[in-house]
Amino acid sequence: MAVEDVMVEPWYMMQMVQAFLQAPVYHIVIEVLLIVWIIGLLFSKSYRIQERVQLTEKEKEDLLAEWKPEPLVPDTPEDHPALHPRVVSGKAGLKVVVDGKECLNLATLNFLGMLGNKRIEKAANTALYKYGVGSCGPRGFYGTVDVHLDLEDKLAKYTRTEEAILYAYGFATIASAIPAYSKRGDIVFCDEGACFAIQKGLLASRSKVVYFKHNDMEDLERLLKEQAKDDKKNPKKAAVTRRFVLVEGIYMNYGDIVPLPKLVELKYKYKVRIFIEESASFGVLGDNGRGVTEHFGVPIEDIDLISANMEMSLASIGGFCCGDSFVIDHQRLSGQGYCFSASLPPMLSVAASEALRIMEEKPGIFEELRTRCQWLHAKLSSIPGLKVCGEPISPIMHLQLAAPSSRAEDTKKLETMCNECMNQGVALTVARYLEQEEHLVPPPSIRVAVNVELTEDDIDHATAVITNVAKMVL
Amino acid sequence: MVLGGENTLSGSAPTANGHVKESNGFIPHSNGHVPQYKDDKIKKMSQESFEPVPLLVACLTYLGYGMLVLFGYFRDFLRKSGVETTHSTIERKKMKDFVPLYQSFESFYTRNLYTRIRDCWNRPICSVPSAEFDVSERVSDDGNWHLRLTGKSRRCVNLGSYNYLGFAENKGPCADAAAEALQQYGAGVCSTRQELGNYRIHEELEETTARFLGVEDAVTFGMGFATNSMNIPALMGGKGCLILSDELNHASLVLGARLCSTVIKVFKHNDIEDVERKLREAIINGQPRTHRAWRKILIIVEGIYSMEGSIIKLPDFIRLKKKYGAYLYLDEAHSVGALGETGRGVTEYWGVDPRDVDIMMGTFTKSFGAAGGYIAGSKRLINHLRAYSHSTTYACSMSAPVAQQVISSMKIIMGEDGTNRGQLRIKQLAANSKYFRQRLVEMGFIVYGNDDSPIVPVLLYMPAKIAAFSRELYQQNVGVVVVGFPATPLVESRARFCLSAAHTREMLDKVLDAISDVGDRLQLKYSLNSPVKAVSAEECYSQVDSLAHKA
Repeated sequence: MAVEDVMVEPWYMMQMVQAFLQAPVYHIVIEVLLIVWIIGLLFSKSYRIQERVQLTEKEKEDLLAEWKPEPLVPDTPEDHPALHPRVVSGKAGLKVVVDGKECLNLATLNFLGMLGNKRIEKAANTALYKYGVGSCGPRGFYGTVDVHLDLEDKLAKYTRTEEAILYAYGFATIASAIPAYSKRGDIVFCDEGACFAIQKGLLASRSKVVYFKHNDMEDLERLLKEQAKDDKKNPKKAAVTRRFVLVEGIYMNYGDIVPLPKLVELKYKYKVRIFIEESASFGVLGDNGRGVTEHFGVPIEDIDLISANMEMSLASIGGFCCGDSFVIDHQRLSGQGYCFSASLPPMLSVAASEALRIMEEKPGIFEELRTRCQWLHAKLSSIPGLKVCGEPISPIMHLQLAAPSSRAEDTKKLETMCNECMNQGVALTVARYLEQEEHLVPPPSIRVAVNVELTEDDIDHATAVITNVAKMVL
Repeated sequence: MVLGGENTLSGSAPTANGHVKESNGFIPHSNGHVPQYKDDKIKKMSQESFEPVPLLVACLTYLGYGMLVLFGYFRDFLRKSGVETTHSTIERKKMKDFVPLYQSFESFYTRNLYTRIRDCWNRPICSVPSAEFDVSERVSDDGNWHLRLTGKSRRCVNLGSYNYLGFAENKGPCADAAAEALQQYGAGVCSTRQELGNYRIHEELEETTARFLGVEDAVTFGMGFATNSMNIPALMGGKGCLILSDELNHASLVLGARLCSTVIKVFKHNDIEDVERKLREAIINGQPRTHRAWRKILIIVEGIYSMEGSIIKLPDFIRLKKKYGAYLYLDEAHSVGALGETGRGVTEYWGVDPRDVDIMMGTFTKSFGAAGGYIAGSKRLINHLRAYSHSTTYACSMSAPVAQQVISSMKIIMGEDGTNRGQLRIKQLAANSKYFRQRLVEMGFIVYGNDDSPIVPVLLYMPAKIAAFSRELYQQNVGVVVVGFPATPLVESRARFCLSAAHTREMLDKVLDAISDVGDRLQLKYSLNSPVKAVSAEECYSQVDSLAHKA
């Protein structure tokens, strides 16, 4: 059978050649024309619905002259709070001098009181006189200083992960990490209460984003099930579509904690990778401040990537990601904020290192912080007219109006409250958002931050002031 | 052959009498601030060389990459069949049912090409990155998969760091002032500018920056990269805006533009004719599909391009943007401090009014030896950014000692410390740049970019030579930066030297000897142009010497 096939073919070819030679000329001409026509069809552009408009030079010049652009930026309203910022002079520790007045500080995210710590300042000072201020280059081009490597090692050891990677800016950390993994065509399931940095990372990744209801694992599971159904219809596509879930440890905008154990269960069930933004929970939750994984006793290996900034608990600048080397190492070539930015000033890296060392030496500090959070949470909850949003052990609490009206009006009331509290010696701030750009703007609130150095008297004093002011303003 | 030979400004040919045609934008019609340059001076300033790659070299380079890819496949085969042990990290077994995290080509390139020469990058240093630095020695026990520090270090001349004016210093007035700020404010901030992270020192920094640049106001941010990526969206948000971006713009500008969700068009590098064509087309045709008129158009360019060493033809861009009503965003990351008689950057270099540039952006990482970035311009622009920038709203403010470093160094550059030390640094940098570049050209290297740029890229082409050049110079105690694909086009791998005011002539002579030696051994002197004699060192350094004498 096979032999015959081979035998037939050359004979067939010969016949074709012969037929060609014997064919009349007009036949060949027609066939050649047909072939040319087909080629022409193949290479011609598809037909246009609209006629292409040909403008004369004069018309073009007219159009050019007529075009009037909008102003580059609109006028900013004179009363925008950003144009009248409060000026801090001196260290923003437990006490802070705002516009010349000393206040109790419940506004800055200095949870562990590391800002103002003498040991950290001394270490940073020594580093300053060894390395200078700037690193003068990205990590790839001689911007890697030994103190960066040292801090990365320490962070990996502290979090009990294989590797950590440093970023020079807190915001850029998660915003660069997401697009390093999630690309066009991939799917990210994201909590709708996620902070702005996550939203920008998602936008940069160009992936498909599916938002689930804030902290609602059932809603997430519903969406994952839907996705699994779609995947069955197109298994080829599903085999190359990466899936991620993005959550925060403690939500910056709400002060509540992600239900991690349930999430890990979903991870293995639906094969999605988990990325957690732990800026507000690192150095806060867990017996050793390792974050939300330690809080729930979830093995950290079950989380694919943890990202946190060093601008809250560690009171330095910058951020880090940690996890398996398999995952983290990829960012060294693909994390945009890592590759294309100058590295963290060495002195700030040393400051973070020293803060980490203090955390290691004083593991009791986390329990102390939680106690203070609970105290303050309980006290604030009793203030009439206001409600407290967030877990009692979270160092970030949002004070919202119990009876909200319009957004603008509420914000104005809260601003007035902050100003009045400031006059009475308690520094507070309204949580600021870019309302036009947020995926889901949280309700207006005063963001209260807890500092571990707060005493019971401080808390009583602050509560009394806020209660008074609330009575006055609301 | 777009980049061949010397590009003259704007392409309008000089007329017989030696003056540029009116259309050039320099002579009448612009504004009173633009001085009337003589033709030869403009020509000299815009003289940029981009010698094309010799054909044989190009062929050999492609061959080199071909070989590497073939070997890569072969070694992948060996690894798969277990003959060669794999050192790359693998994912946990638990995750085997998950969709793979990485695409295969990307990891192929990293595994088989990058890994072989990865020791040329990320070299850790253990000192201040000034004119000389201590580079830690690393060894690998597993074919470059992992690098281990030996604990020893090597004192190298630093031609890699962006330390243009030599302010990377661990002693002196700047360091002392920074230490004081650290005492006063601490290292971190723990709040944003709009909340409670607005320090007095930040306001001082912004006042100083605006004064330095000669504009109404300025706003500063903690990271240079983020200054672009987090502020462009605040300027060009919403539909109906068009961004025209240079093809070689930095990643941060590209990211910032992308985050706007608007239309982006890319024009050829520094090619004013291409910009004009695209700009006209855009205005005439309006938005795609609807043909509605664009709301606004932003042209984004950089002052000095860090991989090419080319300088933006700013006067032409200003002429265009005025003619058509577009806005101009100028990223001066590498040019502020490094260009111009008094270090004011590329606007001063060309003698144009900084107020003609709508958005002046720059970083503090390079010339000022600090970190962070600024945007400067009209009061209205800055007010808008203070209120709507992603950075002022959500990101932690700049560290106080870092801000102080900028203030101190800026004041020295402006001479507000009562000395001419700043001026001396600027002159020293200019002389170093000129001297170094000319000597390299004289030796027969293919050198890219503008004669006045402190960034000097030298073409290496072949992948094997990237590593050889870096390692050989390291052996001779010179730290250089080498760059290959994907940061450059495939065949245009290069070494990049960054000059600094901290370099002395003796240092540079030593380095030039080493480079020449390595260049001979690696056959890197590719240039087919007839050799040019370098201007004598005395001439290059005459201004520095006279200024130093005065001091």
